[in-house]
Amino acid sequence: MSLMAELNNKALRLGVPLSVHLDVTYRCNERCEHCYLDHEDYGEMTTGEIRDFLEQLADAGVFFLTVSGGEPLVRRDCFEIIEYARHLHFNVKLKTNALLIGEQEARRLRALGVEQVQISVYSHREEIHDKITKISGSLRRTLGGVRRLKEHGLKVTLANVLMRENVQDREGVQLLAEEVGAGYTVDPTITPMIDGDTSVLRLRLRPNQLSSVLHDPRLLGNVDEFCAPPPGVDAGVLDGYPCSAGHTFCYVSPYGDVYPCVQFPLPCGNIRRQRFLDIWKSSPQFEEVRAIRGKDLITCSSCRHLGNCTRCPGLAYMEGNMTGPSTADCEKSFIRTGIPTAGMLAGRTRQSVSGLLNIHPAPPAAS
Amino acid sequence: MNEKFIAPGDGLAYRALGGETIIMSATDSTLFSLDEVGSLIWQGADGRTPLTEIVARICDHYDVTHEEARRDAEEFIAELAGRGLLVVSGQAILDTRTRVSGAL
Repeated sequence: MSLMAELNNKALRLGVPLSVHLDVTYRCNERCEHCYLDHEDYGEMTTGEIRDFLEQLADAGVFFLTVSGGEPLVRRDCFEIIEYARHLHFNVKLKTNALLIGEQEARRLRALGVEQVQISVYSHREEIHDKITKISGSLRRTLGGVRRLKEHGLKVTLANVLMRENVQDREGVQLLAEEVGAGYTVDPTITPMIDGDTSVLRLRLRPNQLSSVLHDPRLLGNVDEFCAPPPGVDAGVLDGYPCSAGHTFCYVSPYGDVYPCVQFPLPCGNIRRQRFLDIWKSSPQFEEVRAIRGKDLITCSSCRHLGNCTRCPGLAYMEGNMTGPSTADCEKSFIRTGIPTAGMLAGRTRQSVSGLLNIHPAPPAAS
Repeated sequence: MNEKFIAPGDGLAYRALGGETIIMSATDSTLFSLDEVGSLIWQGADGRTPLTEIVARICDHYDVTHEEARRDAEEFIAELAGRGLLVVSGQAILDTRTRVSGAL
């Protein structure tokens, strides 16, 4: 077992939120056509609120802190936030489009000891990347930021969200990452918008495109192993929990709302009204999420894919039931192995999204 | 014996977790875990606490002679310093905060 796996197990046993994803803003200087956010500011946490929140996270034992958005660097106090997070000894990962990373910013991120910067790149071709971001010249500026970060010795990963119009460019982005000395990660997941609008799901890969991705040896290495029929489901899988959301990980919005995951919009509390650790330990919603085991999953508990399915409880929640199947993940399991899932055999089809909650800003705290 | 002072190295993230301490270096993303004794030493790595006092804390917590504790602590500190996790000085290391705050 790796040291990271041991740490996760220990955090799970102790009930410690080892990792937190904090969106410091939903505002952005790009307008990516697949983005699930609305880019408005309904009353973001102030610098002081975030500093206090970071102290609470440190006291709760949080170690891995992802600072993201929106575009986090549009906040004038973003570096102040990162500096304070590093002062509290968090391992900080920054997710950004790098448009605002000039020479000084790159140098400062290095000096602050940011462990990793993840940067969204949709294509190696300007006409595709800029069309998705809706900002002319954005690829050129983003890659300028990438190079500056690399020149200052930062660890950079290019995150390549795949949609219908850029799926064919993944090899180009992968080669680009190799050329600049960056890592590469790919994600074919498109989620509904936070206001419930599902129109962005039209951008999801077609089945034949998803198949090409899930059988691409450049991405997966041993395709035969990755696409092998699922092994039988054992007691360990049935007694196991679906993912780290709500167990060792949670998400916090710019308004202080706490959720199990960025893809799991189940409101569990708000740090403007409660202490973070009280929400983490005592929220009925977190307790509900934590109680779910493989054997409790509707339909999925009888599915032979259960042990190695990418089933996302958040996507299932957005489809109406956090213990039900996620049709997008059913599709991935089927396309990967050629074996239908229990959810598919039960008649669940993609884009049956319903019951999505809006994320509302919190009211001002009572004084 | 000359006194020593220790402080965390540059660019480190660290946190206590159930009696242990987890440390990650931003330079190479290497993850380390310190056991309870190592964590006791790490807690004293504030740049101001003399190693003699840190060793005394170990002796307070564990059934070990001062000489053994000092020798083991010295070895441990040398190993961590060799990995860039600790800075060792003959004088107090007064400003540890600026180690993570480069000026823009």
